[in-house]
This record gives sequence, C-alpha cells and structure tokens, in this order.
Amino acid sequence: MIRAALAGLGVALAAAPLGCFVIWRRMAYFGDATSHAAILGVALALATDLPIFAGVLVVALAMALLLAGLSGRWVSSDALLGVLSHAALASGLVAISLLDGVRVDLEGYLFGEILAVTTRDVVLIWTGAALVCGLLIWRWQGLLMATLSVDLAVASGTKPRREALILTLAMAVTVAVAIKVVGALLIAAMLVIPAAAARPLARTPETMALWAVLIGAASALGGLGGSFAFDTPTGPSIVTLAAVFFALSVALAPMFRRAE
Amino acid sequence: MSLIETENLTLAYRGKTVLRGVNIKIERGEIVTIVGPNGSGKSSLLRALIGALAPVSGKVRRAPRLRIGYVPQTLMIDGTLPLTVWRFLNLPGRAHRADVQAAVEAAGVAQLGSQQMSELSGGQFQRVLLARALLAQPDLLILDEATQGLDQPGSAAFYRQIEDVRQTQGCAVLMVSHDLHVVMAASDRVLCLNGHVCCEGTPQVVADAPEYRALFGTGTGGTLALYRHEHDHDHAHDHETGHGPH
Repeated sequence: MIRAALAGLGVALAAAPLGCFVIWRRMAYFGDATSHAAILGVALALATDLPIFAGVLVVALAMALLLAGLSGRWVSSDALLGVLSHAALASGLVAISLLDGVRVDLEGYLFGEILAVTTRDVVLIWTGAALVCGLLIWRWQGLLMATLSVDLAVASGTKPRREALILTLAMAVTVAVAIKVVGALLIAAMLVIPAAAARPLARTPETMALWAVLIGAASALGGLGGSFAFDTPTGPSIVTLAAVFFALSVALAPMFRRAE
Repeated sequence: MSLIETENLTLAYRGKTVLRGVNIKIERGEIVTIVGPNGSGKSSLLRALIGALAPVSGKVRRAPRLRIGYVPQTLMIDGTLPLTVWRFLNLPGRAHRADVQAAVEAAGVAQLGSQQMSELSGGQFQRVLLARALLAQPDLLILDEATQGLDQPGSAAFYRQIEDVRQTQGCAVLMVSHDLHVVMAASDRVLCLNGHVCCEGTPQVVADAPEYRALFGTGTGGTLALYRHEHDHDHAHDHETGHGPH
C-alpha cells in the first residue's frame, strides 16, 4: 500500500508539470499517441525479454520523435496524431496476442496495476520523475519562451527545437514510468486533467505547475484510498478523482476571481 | 560597419521563393521602414534577420555582439497559459526590477505589471511587446507590423512612442508597416519590397519612384505631403488612406 502510494505520487510529480506544457502547447493528442505507443513497447519488451520499462521507453521515445519530425509536413497534425495514436494502440494489442507462450495481463497494461508495483518499480518511477522534473526546472525559462512564440524565442537566443526535444524526451520518460500505475489508456489523463484543473487557480505558469502537482498528488492518494474503500479499479479511480477536482476548480473559479 | 546587412539574400516560405537577391544595410540610429504588398516577403526578411528563417542562399551579417529587440506582428498566447505582464517581461532571462521598470515606462505601460497578458487591450499588448524588446537594450529594434489591429490614433501614438525610444535609446529601428502615410513621414529611409527590393531611398524619393507608384498608386504621395503639413494636428488620420495595399 505504501509502495502504491509512492508510485502514484511519483507519477503525479512527473506528469503534472509536463501536463502544463502539454495543454499550453496544445499537445493533448501528442500525449495520447505517445502513451498509446506504450502498448507496442510492452509487446517489444515481452518479445525481447527486456524490462517493460525499457521497452516502453524505447517505443514511446521513437513515437514522440516520429511525431515531432512529421508534424505539419504532409498531413494536418490533428489527422496524423489520430492515425498514429490508434495505429500504435491497435498494432500493440495485435503484437501482444501474437507472442507465443506468453500469458499477459492485458488489462494491467491498459488501465494500470498500481497495487502490483514492486520496490524496484518505485525506485524506477521516482528516478524517472526526478529526471523529468529536473529537465523541466533546468530548461523552464527556455521552455516557456519557446511555448509563447518560436520567433520571439529565436530572437532572444533560445533554441526552440532543442526545447521541443526536451519536452519529447520528458514525455517518453513519463509514459514509461506511468504505465504500471495508470496504464497506457489513462496516462494522457494524468497529464492533462491535473494541469487543466490547476489553470483557474493560477496567475503565473509556476503557480499553475505547483497546483497541478498538488491536484495530481491528491488524485493519486485519494484515488488509491477510494479504490480500497469502494473496491473499484485503481487507475480509473485516480483519474475520476482528478476529473472531480477539475469540475470543482472550474465551478469555483469565479469565486477566486472575485476574491482577488 | 553597419549594424546588420544582407548579401544577395534569397528566402523561401513553404517551399516557394518569396524574396530574391536582397542587399540591404541598416546603419546605427536610423529608422528604416519596409513597405510592400501582402506576400511581398516583408515578414520573411525580418525573420531571416532575427535568425528564425534560414536563407536559401546569400548571407545575413550582423555586427559583433549586436543586440536585437524584436516586436512580432501578433502573439497568440493560449488561454490555458496564465501569464502576468511582469512574468512575461522576465522571459527568457530574469531581468532586474529597475530595468523592467525603465522598459515599461519607456513603452508607456508602467501600470500594468500584475495584469494578465490575456486581459490587455490591443494597444497595451503591443506596448508590452515593445517593452520586452527594449529590455534587451537593443542596438536594433525590429518591428513586424506592430500596429496591426490598432486603430489610427492608436497606431499613431505607438509610432510616436517608437520615435521617443529612438531619441532616448539611440537604437536603429527597422519596421514593416502598412500605415504608409504615418510611417513614411517618420522614417529616414524606406525600402519597397515586392519579391525583391524594387526601390529604396528617403520617403520622398520612394513615394516618387515609378515602381512604388505602380504598387501603391500616386495617392499616398499626396497623403504623405498632407501628413507632413499637418502631422502635429490630431485629426491628420482623417485623411484618405484608401491607397494602401489590399
């Protein structure tokens, strides 16, 4: 139970601030596609006897780089993301079913299995989360600048392509650490929902990221507790609670405004 | 040497050549305006000068340690990004409080620090962009149709601010504008673009050039004259402006 709580907190710590960039840059679909590719990563890991974490990291990174390279080239990125996102998910499921002699708990990879995390998983999750947070804090100013305007970023000496690459890398790591906790289908939710819930509460990018971490952490712990109390699946419980926070935040936002 | 110069610069936008063989120089302290119809390569030229667009061929040469302040045409800030004016002015480098104060005062937006960028009016927003450009203490201020979306008195006031800034900070100014009569009167030199540099010189020389008249008609020459006589009069902008590019 403590391991599960730590795992959930680790994922919230990585996903929430990255999620802020995902919604500021309108990359929600990008997050979707990268996390769906995780299933393909699971297939790769099972087929090659790699650890799941490594397989997912490799495939998520490949997917994220592919998307970053292709976007805007020949199809609208919306269509492109839609195609790749579902293609990755479907082909991953097909690939897993084709593996001989492997009995796989597919549901665990799709929706997460936080109660099954080992101490080693927790260490991996926190290492990944620390890496993501470290990258974001290190590049924070440049990332914000590149998010605001590519031209303005170039004119002031920032390299927007490098900043985009850092986000791509952070995304792949987040997907890899989150798959055991919330599963491939709900990783994107952990990116987007806490950040969106934080928006009405914040007046600067930094406070928004902090609120997102708090809301993400509260969702992880509350969802875990709730799944025990009501015997509901843990991953979906966490995401449902995050959605409740979002609804509350949006509904209560006008009061915050008046108080200012 | 010049602050910045281009050598036989050719630029393409989305695979299509928009500007060929451009040789221009900007000298210290001068105000140069680029005019030209839509799609004539004005914005592409500015983007190449700031380094955001790689040339197909030719070169951009900058003076050593040249500091450029860039004011873009517009800036779409996503509604999900909370950002106060003060925070915006501290991007990408944290600036000293006193420097920020000086910049917002020079741009005429000293009172807006704690406001959200999304709550600003069009004129305030452009002035905040100007303040941000001034923070770099630029040798060269580059403005890309910075008064787009402002009404005539608003853009006239904005250009007066630019003049002030040039006077007090001594930076050169390179701007693209559609407000022909206002801008030409305020410029030392005008470059007329249409896929290449079709004419250049003082505002009067350009206004009289056959290439310019072919693009904009003869009316703006008249407007320019009117403006020159009446430019201290508040209602100068009531005069016809129908000869701009469409």
